[in-house]
Amino acid sequence: MNKNNNKRLRGILLGAGFVALAAFLFTGCPSEQRMLDSGDAAQKVYVAPGDHDEFYGFFSGGYSGQLSVWGLPSARMLKVIPVFSQDPETAYGYSEETKPLFNTSYGFIPWDDSHHPHISQTDGNADGRWIFINANNTPRIARIDLETFQTKEILELPNTGGNHASSYVTSNTEYVIGATRFSIPYEKDLDVPIDSYSDEFRGSLSFIEVDQETGMMEVDFQIVVPPYNYDLGRAGKGISSDWVFFTTYNTEEAHTMLEVNASRNDKDFIAAVNWKKAAELVRDGHGKTMDAEYYHNHYNGKKQGYAVSEVKNEVTVLDTREIDENFIYYLPTPKSPHGVDVDPTGEYIVGGGKLATVIPVHSFSNMLEAIENDDIDDYIDGIPVLNYDATIAGEVENPGLGPLHTEFDGKGYAYTSVYISSEIVKWSLETFEVVDRIDSYYSIGHLMITGGDTVDPDAQYMVGLTKTAKDRYLPTGPKQNHPAQLYDISGDKMELLLDFPTIGEPHYAQSIKADKIVDQIAKIYEMEENDHPDALLRMTENRVERRGNDVHIYMGATRSHFRPDNIEGVKLGDDVYVHLTNMEQEWDVVHGIAIKGSQSTELLVPPGQTKTIKWTPTRTGIYPFYCTAFCSALHQEMQGYIRVSGPDSNVELTWSTNE
Amino acid sequence: MKPLLTIFFALALTFSACSGGDSQQETQEEETQEQGLSDFELEHGIGPITARLDISDDIDDDLRVRGQEIFEMKCEMCHNMEGRMVGPALGDVADRRSPEYIMNMILNPGGMAKNHPEGEKLVQEYMSVMPFQNVSEEDARALVEYLRDYNMNN
Ligand SMILES: [Cu+2]
Repeated sequence: MNKNNNKRLRGILLGAGFVALAAFLFTGCPSEQRMLDSGDAAQKVYVAPGDHDEFYGFFSGGYSGQLSVWGLPSARMLKVIPVFSQDPETAYGYSEETKPLFNTSYGFIPWDDSHHPHISQTDGNADGRWIFINANNTPRIARIDLETFQTKEILELPNTGGNHASSYVTSNTEYVIGATRFSIPYEKDLDVPIDSYSDEFRGSLSFIEVDQETGMMEVDFQIVVPPYNYDLGRAGKGISSDWVFFTTYNTEEAHTMLEVNASRNDKDFIAAVNWKKAAELVRDGHGKTMDAEYYHNHYNGKKQGYAVSEVKNEVTVLDTREIDENFIYYLPTPKSPHGVDVDPTGEYIVGGGKLATVIPVHSFSNMLEAIENDDIDDYIDGIPVLNYDATIAGEVENPGLGPLHTEFDGKGYAYTSVYISSEIVKWSLETFEVVDRIDSYYSIGHLMITGGDTVDPDAQYMVGLTKTAKDRYLPTGPKQNHPAQLYDISGDKMELLLDFPTIGEPHYAQSIKADKIVDQIAKIYEMEENDHPDALLRMTENRVERRGNDVHIYMGATRSHFRPDNIEGVKLGDDVYVHLTNMEQEWDVVHGIAIKGSQSTELLVPPGQTKTIKWTPTRTGIYPFYCTAFCSALHQEMQGYIRVSGPDSNVELTWSTNE
Repeated sequence: MKPLLTIFFALALTFSACSGGDSQQETQEEETQEQGLSDFELEHGIGPITARLDISDDIDDDLRVRGQEIFEMKCEMCHNMEGRMVGPALGDVADRRSPEYIMNMILNPGGMAKNHPEGEKLVQEYMSVMPFQNVSEEDARALVEYLRDYNMNN
């Protein structure tokens, strides 16, 4: 047997072994359940009615496409913020204002898979201005403002297949980063055989600049890299603030059965990118412009009204094969690493190798020294591969099977989620030894420590985001909602406090101390600042206008009536636009409108806002409409009628209230 | 009819309990409820206006114009000048109530509905509590000017 075959066989055996082991662990019983005495645990998570939680937790919705907001430690769900999927509750993705947010170079996309939320930072600390989150499937990044908890902007990424290593921000939110999980032919719409992978496919790392005033994003540049899978990313902090890091797997350049074929090499890489230097190279004209097509959808600045879609046609790329200067380095890292996490000082860069037997910890200062000393083993497409022993600070032995993602408590300890053996291990950043471990239920992916990805963690709670919930709470048929688990990490030993179901696949989470943002949160949309072009700013201006086959209804809502509430003269063949303004200015008093036979959804309008929905009647007759919100004692009376006549009818367009 | 009214009243109160949302204000309200209302409060309402204002008999035109703007944006959906709508007609309100009362009603509608005998009567009659429309004290003063002017000239 030659060497290659031998290696291949070992890979297959190893892969099969892991599958068997995972299956065993899935079905086997958890060995240890360490939980506080349930009375103590209950007290720790109890937030009395009317009292407020200490932290906001933001959990991605995974395949629900959304972002959910939780109070911690009570685990009360506060809100679901719709981002990448249509949401009938709020008309997001159905209303005319929000539909443009779903435009992409592939058309209107009503669903995506949202993975990693990241709160904007100042000096390496969460500042609560915005939260960014990535769409994995059709690569995009969204920005949500944390005054209104509303998605304000969605930017598509070109040259990207599976935007997984996203949406992490640099220390001062200079950039949001993204990367392609699947390498693809990067010239636009290139039609080539799949087995031309190594020749025609490339990876790309994206650097999205953020306007510090408005938050608006712009693709500044991309780095074209060898055709590996770029899995996760993380920005440096403190001493490493000018750098960002990405993990890669599939350095084998496989394009089929990656389970086996991308698990052969002992080491894959962490790509360390000096973003400051890369940005300088772009400023100095080292980038090249290539054709691209991608959408930038956004509201104009802070405005309400309609989101708009802009189409971009080119992107600037830095190709490592064509530039002499070094701005990106590979750090060899065992074995198919997933997480790449930077400790609060910015010194340690921790890899999480899904198939590795140790947790490798690189040192940023060692890395700089290795660069200085030319401690280079190899070059790949112009990228220097640094020597493993030169950059490594230590390896954590016996971390469990499948270490995945590491967070930090700021007190000298790191916590790594371990997927295959379903546990969390706590280890020392001084001795690189495991000091505590606790089971998780079951198959933990990411974890989150309150403030754990900042220079100043709060280190009170840890949340495990796990992939299956069987037997943890009342069953709901063959499919349970994926759970999160809350741990207390304030003491020496981790202790489980609470299980709770979440939405979709809670892939990753972020948190911020509530008192950092609570005062900035809007209670109403100020009526005097309502700059929606179809707003009704005076109730007396309620009206209906015909423009060809479009009928525009300018309607106001207040407790407990609509104006107008009787409308006649709509004809079959008309498109009816209902512009509903909630004229109230009281916090949380919403009104809705639902029209019989409407093909999309209701509108739900918060105080002082205007929303628009398009309705195309399909039959003649009388169409009742009503307020969907229990808005007052008389909300049942909040109703009206629209009369729809035949296409040739001469019923005049009229509207009235109280006549 | 009576039980139904009570239910409406209770529902309406649920809403008004949080309007304004200022805990200091609520504490103050609770105290007055315990102590009974002062003569000033009985005549001029409960709210941030706690003393007579110095208001000239002449109309301040700038204030009147601002008041009309606010009225059309934030009040007119529920109030006509003549004839009952969601709320009472306001064409003669400057005759019936003092400027301070009108301002307190605008600035503290929840508190008035809950703790003032006239406010309670309004809730019973109109079966909803007037919402706080995020009107500032200055704009409430401007509304008074608009209502005074309307009352004089119509
Ligand atoms: Cu309503």
